[in-house]
Amino acid sequence: MTPVISGAADTAVGRLDGSGCMALHAEAASAALADAGLRADEVDGVLCAYSLAEPHLMLSSVFNEYFGIAPSYSAAVQAGGATACALVMQAAALVRAGICRNVLAVCADNRLTGLGRNGAVAALAEVGHPQFERPYGMSIPAAYALVARRCMHERGVTAEHLAAISVTQRGHARRHPKAQARDPLTMEQALSARMIADPLRLFDCCLVSDGGAALVISAADAAADHTDRAVSILGYGQMNTHEHAFAMPSLTDFGCRQSAAQAFAMAGLTPADIDVAEIYDSFTITLLAELESIGFFPKGEAGPAILDGALELDGILPCNTHGGLLSYGHSGAAGGMFHIVEAVRQLRGEAEARQVAGAETAFVHGDGGILSAHCSLILGRA
Amino acid sequence: MTATDPSPMKPVPLVTADTRAFWDACAEGALTFQRCAACGHVQFPPRPFCTECRAAGPGMERSAGLGTIHSFTIVHRAPTAAFKADTPYVLALVDFDEGFRLMVNLRGGPPSDARIGLRVRVLFEPLAGGGALPQVRPLVE
Repeated sequence: MTPVISGAADTAVGRLDGSGCMALHAEAASAALADAGLRADEVDGVLCAYSLAEPHLMLSSVFNEYFGIAPSYSAAVQAGGATACALVMQAAALVRAGICRNVLAVCADNRLTGLGRNGAVAALAEVGHPQFERPYGMSIPAAYALVARRCMHERGVTAEHLAAISVTQRGHARRHPKAQARDPLTMEQALSARMIADPLRLFDCCLVSDGGAALVISAADAAADHTDRAVSILGYGQMNTHEHAFAMPSLTDFGCRQSAAQAFAMAGLTPADIDVAEIYDSFTITLLAELESIGFFPKGEAGPAILDGALELDGILPCNTHGGLLSYGHSGAAGGMFHIVEAVRQLRGEAEARQVAGAETAFVHGDGGILSAHCSLILGRA
Repeated sequence: MTATDPSPMKPVPLVTADTRAFWDACAEGALTFQRCAACGHVQFPPRPFCTECRAAGPGMERSAGLGTIHSFTIVHRAPTAAFKADTPYVLALVDFDEGFRLMVNLRGGPPSDARIGLRVRVLFEPLAGGGALPQVRPLVE
């Protein structure tokens, strides 16, 4: 059975006072099911991620109980920022195998109000190795700053290249009424913002948000009964190279190279065929390094191209058209799912003021850990 | 851990069976790593098999303690309150000459001394509750 994305939805994002982790899951799930034209009892597969604000060993079971459904297949996946793309890949495999007809993939967390910004930073720093990283005061921004410094050394990446990413994406977010960060941002502001982990400054780092998102992945014939807006899943791939910062095989070349190559081979496409890209941007350097590793730009050329407007809506690779994790919002695994929801909207022509004209193919990428776990998707207009 | 109220205590290495010999050596002022007797592969952190050829029991060797900074950052925003008083501090990945990599802090000078390619030497800082944490300082020839 050919898998398609039959429904996509997200909740509000940002500071959502009084929000709860499970309520956000349910709100996103209900909206995605409505978008797909499905009733909850037509879902036979549920895939969830994880929560920092309300951790649980079996989050998908907690969600099923809360939402009031009893799917025949259910599992929770933890691959950091790669999770949302990995859920789509797993759902597609379940549909292809004939195990499920309609898989609900749902991610949410109330990180900002549930943990606070300091709490979220501290909780995330626990991904550092308990013996060989955390005693040294490693933070997640610091780990990515190690990548940024090495990319500057080897690839000629500059602070201006990184700032141009945050400025470009802020421009996109300003066209999205739901984006968390919509104030104007100039190059001067980005380049003079307070230092977090040198060379990464405030606007090089993603937001901390409350919010959720959900997708329905269906067999094409099941979807056809309920919607004419399904999006094709043309290709997918994964690569997992390490977990901890000290174990990175390279600080300038990452597993997205292999995950994207698998996805492009399955789709029978190349980077030149992609109309819109939604690529994980936990930090500005994350996006820049991935653009080069994936092959959208030759080594050392992504930064200058971005300064020239390559990632603008009318550029050669419109990228993170919703504003990304840097300006749209980042609520855990849902942050990666916002990228997929945006790709679906672009392919359906529903992206309103930020619509990329004639978008027929989309590349989506998620990475988790310290550029550790990678999953790439290629989606197409049905 | 309560995420909303980070402990003022810095995390200390919780020694496991895999790493006991490494930390015991640190307490005596020696930096150690593993080399596989079967294939020669060098690895860190210690574990009971070779990640290259899967042979059991790679041997522990003593490092000369000399290395080169592969990358570094100067941390201005601490991960928890426990590190706030230390900011700004250098977090670095150091490639030791024998072929293994450690994350450490650079000591013995201002953070602005840090640069990729800087030659460094290991030093050991005492840990609260016993033992010692390997760090580095610039190597002065």
